[in-house]
This record gives sequence, C-alpha cells and structure tokens, in this order.
Amino acid sequence: MIKISIQQEDFDVSAEIKSISSKTVGAIATFSGIVRDSSESNPLISLTLEHYPGMSEAALEKIADAAMQKGSLEAVRIIHRVGRLLPEDNIVFVGCASAHRHAAFEGCRYIMDFLKTDAPFWKSEETQEGRIWVSEREKDQNASKSWLSKKT
Amino acid sequence: MRILYFAWVRDNIGYSQEELSCPKHVRTIHQLAEYLKLRSEGHARAFDDMSAIRAARNQQFVTHDTELSDADEIAFFPPVTGG
Repeated sequence: MIKISIQQEDFDVSAEIKSISSKTVGAIATFSGIVRDSSESNPLISLTLEHYPGMSEAALEKIADAAMQKGSLEAVRIIHRVGRLLPEDNIVFVGCASAHRHAAFEGCRYIMDFLKTDAPFWKSEETQEGRIWVSEREKDQNASKSWLSKKT
Repeated sequence: MRILYFAWVRDNIGYSQEELSCPKHVRTIHQLAEYLKLRSEGHARAFDDMSAIRAARNQQFVTHDTELSDADEIAFFPPVTGG
C-alpha cells in the first residue's frame, strides 16, 4: 500500500503510524522533517514550500514504488506540506512498514534521499533580510547518487 | 505549447505560465530557453545561467538537449530543494 499526500495542513504522526500498521507488520520506521529556527546565521521567520502540482505527486509515487520494489515493504506513507510554515512546524513525513526493521529503516533513507533530488519542491526562507530561495545541496545529490552504485 | 515557471525562475519572469507556439528552429529545451530570453528582461535574467536551470517535459525531468513538440507542457525551475 502506498499513500501520498501533498497538503497545507499539518498531520498527526501517531495517526499516520497507525494507518500503515497491520497484523503482518513488525517494524515501522518514520522520518519527520521539521522547520529549523535559523537560516545560515539569521533567525528564520518562515519557510515557504512550493511544488509543481501533478508532477510532485507523480514523483513521490514513483519514489515510493521504487522503495516498495527494492525492499520488502508492506506500506509506505509520504506526506509533504506546502505553503508557509513556521519554525518547529512539520514539513515532511515518511513512514515505512515492514515485517522487519532493516527494510523499514532502509525504505525511509531511500525515500528521503530521492525526495531531496527527484521531487519538484522548492523552499524559500524569510528572514529579517528578506526572502531568499534555498539552493540545492551537493550533499543531497551525492546521497541519491550513492544508491545507484550500491547493491543491496 | 504550455510553459510553466517555478521558484526564482517565475519570480524573475513575473508570472507562472504562458502559452505560445514556437518558431520551427526551436527544437530543444535549450533552444526554447534561448528563444524565451528575447521575450523580456525578466526572461533574460531567468535564463542567464542555464547551468542553474532544470526542466521538465510533460512532467518528467529532462535534459536540455531533449526535443520538443508543440503539444508539450514544458516547465523551467531551479534544482529542487524539498524535504
């Protein structure tokens, strides 16, 4: 089971964990991405997330599909928020359910690594100095590339 | 052809989409960007450094040498920064 949501509203992590649980699931690993309170050295006022409607859902679906096929996952839940968010707000949630922990942990890592490079979302940060677009991180590019050369 | 702009590409251009039919010599994503540069100062600014631009054709990431057709939806945007 794969369920993807792109939404402005917040979500309830414990409800999402329950939603991917079942009698055959022995392990659920989750990842939560949260807004930090600073950008470089400036206090952050807000973070705004924009996406490419249609393509962003399809991209997350594709990443979740690949994760399901790669490991023995029973369920994947991805929620990505868009719009204006404040420090300590949730940004993203990934939950992977499996019979055993290894696949669940790997699933979360795999999904987040590809979400960072292959899903059309963009962040802009608002500080006292104004609003700036966040630029890509080379580290993220390398993280998703590393999966291509890794045999599991 | 429908053309969409996101993030700072859109901020430079001033709007998020436009419809246009391209002259015949515009065959690839790169040539389309070169052609769009002539439309306004904002377009010229947005496409000034093509190494900072990513593109999608019909909602799939593509490289700049990808060929186009008039029925395509093309999007231009910076490298993604979600998550």
